[in-house]
Amino acid sequence: MASPIITKAVDAWVNKEVTFKEEMQEYRRSTFLKLMFIAVCAVGVVLVAGYTLTIGDYPIGFWHSYEVLWGHLTGNIADETEDFIIWKVRTPRIMTGVIAGIGLAICGTVMQSILKNPLADAYATGVSSGASFGATLAIAMGFNVVGIGGYAIVANAFVFSLIPVMVILAVAKMRGASPVTMIMAGIAIMYVFNATTTLIKLSVSEATLASIFDWSVGSLDNSSWQQVYIMSLFVLSGFVVMQLSSRKLNVLSTGDESAKSIGINSNRLRMLCMFVVSLMAASIVSFTGMIGFIGLVCPHIVRYIVGSDNRFLIPASAAFGAVLLTAADVIGRTVIAPDMIPVGVITSFIGGPLFLWLIIKRKKEVW
Amino acid sequence: MAIIRLENMCCGYGSRTILHDISFTVEKPEYICVVGPNGVGKSTLIRTLNGLLKPSSGIIELNDRPLASYTQKEVAKIVGYVPVLNSDFNIMTVLETVLIGRYSHQRWRTTQGDLDIAYKALQAMEIEDLAQCMFNELSAGQKQKVSIARGLVQEPSVLMLDEPTANLDIRHQVYVSAFLKELSERTQITVFTVSHDLNLASKYADRIILMERPGKICAIGTPQEIITRSNIRRVYGVDCTISDDMGTPHVVLQDVLEVSLDRR
Repeated sequence: MASPIITKAVDAWVNKEVTFKEEMQEYRRSTFLKLMFIAVCAVGVVLVAGYTLTIGDYPIGFWHSYEVLWGHLTGNIADETEDFIIWKVRTPRIMTGVIAGIGLAICGTVMQSILKNPLADAYATGVSSGASFGATLAIAMGFNVVGIGGYAIVANAFVFSLIPVMVILAVAKMRGASPVTMIMAGIAIMYVFNATTTLIKLSVSEATLASIFDWSVGSLDNSSWQQVYIMSLFVLSGFVVMQLSSRKLNVLSTGDESAKSIGINSNRLRMLCMFVVSLMAASIVSFTGMIGFIGLVCPHIVRYIVGSDNRFLIPASAAFGAVLLTAADVIGRTVIAPDMIPVGVITSFIGGPLFLWLIIKRKKEVW
Repeated sequence: MAIIRLENMCCGYGSRTILHDISFTVEKPEYICVVGPNGVGKSTLIRTLNGLLKPSSGIIELNDRPLASYTQKEVAKIVGYVPVLNSDFNIMTVLETVLIGRYSHQRWRTTQGDLDIAYKALQAMEIEDLAQCMFNELSAGQKQKVSIARGLVQEPSVLMLDEPTANLDIRHQVYVSAFLKELSERTQITVFTVSHDLNLASKYADRIILMERPGKICAIGTPQEIITRSNIRRVYGVDCTISDDMGTPHVVLQDVLEVSLDRR
């Protein structure tokens, strides 16, 4: 004969009627707040982008820049010069910032989830070291694997940036795709690429060295629509794949054993995510160079606000990443105007202290 | 109809065989507890029954159908598995963690039905107040109860738990064991647990599977049949006396015996 407490507990489980308590209502409220956060960030991107359209030597007002943009989209071009500046010069830069922000933030979020490591970011697979090596080869030695004239450096950076992840996936295939194996393989290949890049840098002229440095500093300069299309293809397809995998990523967070028992092949999921994230990161880093901190800090900040449910965390990080990167670009272009500070420097300047503040002020133990 | 049937099943990791010629049948919902010394293959047995490990030979059937013919997602709708508590990071809230158990039933959206079931499971484990707490902030015992709640919300007809009372204080050890027993009786669920506590197994299990080295079943039967001085001396190399606690055998441990290397 079971005790009354046990009978009551089993009654609670068997009972069809459920009397909700505050804690459960809270779940519904928090879901609404998460969606609100994503919406606010999306509006934020539009507003910051609108403001960015006004920045430059040629003065165009905030609302007028939207009018010019709308005019171009509907085929009613009033002023050719304004249209050229807004559509050909400023909008590609903004779009590059938005796409790169979305991509880097998603990469960081997914990498932190699959590697169970709060320090993982978009470059955790050694993408940046590979890209840096590829670009250095093209700039210093004219070596070019793909042979696309104007995009020689970008194409080289892209191809080489994928080598580390191929090595990681091969090691994972041989030794199992555990987070530790993948991180260690990534670090090993990163050091090899960095050392080779340094070796090349030692043997080139100062002018070439300056070109390599210019490439490596993360910036949104020289953006074009063609670049936006290519980046969008990789980043937005990756976004879709990651969003579709978000429930599986949630299951993975309870441990590989649990995930497998529910029917998720954790090794395959981890390898798929790593491949997709690397493609996304490679497409970004090849065009913009190293933009740091977005991929590391964005997921952490957003996790404090919307929690760790990847169904909401991934789009929220994407939206916040886009806001943060476009806002950083505005700051970089205005604080010492007419000179500019590369966006990669600004993101680190903002991200570092913000991250530190969060660590000190945090109320809940997320990691 | 047999819920679970194993016949001459062998299983292991790589070329190393852990389980040898395991045979038993579960024909009606009951509370079964697997006991035995460390490293004897208790967890391997539960992982094999759950489809996580493929047997190297022999037969495993679930509801009269070969286990190999099920997809893992289909198995998840029948078998709920609560692995031994690991140190993996889980950066979700308690409620989110429990809701993960609904994966095989759920589509993208969390429905009111999912929330109802999750709440009932939290209530059954007396942890509804922790719903919005971060899983990482909980004590080991609380985490254990969250894991059990996650297994419950799968609404399985077979619930397998690897050391569900590890990390729990005595109140919660008794609570969880009594709950599983009552659950099995009232909801016709087969509960399959791995345990090191012979007295809890003896008090609550309908049947006990006693395993011995090297990965064999020493005996299967009711607590009265299995919990004997000779069985415990043989399997564990420990001397004991068995007292009678209102019809349930109760083990009072005495001393460690000399045992040969292959039995240690």
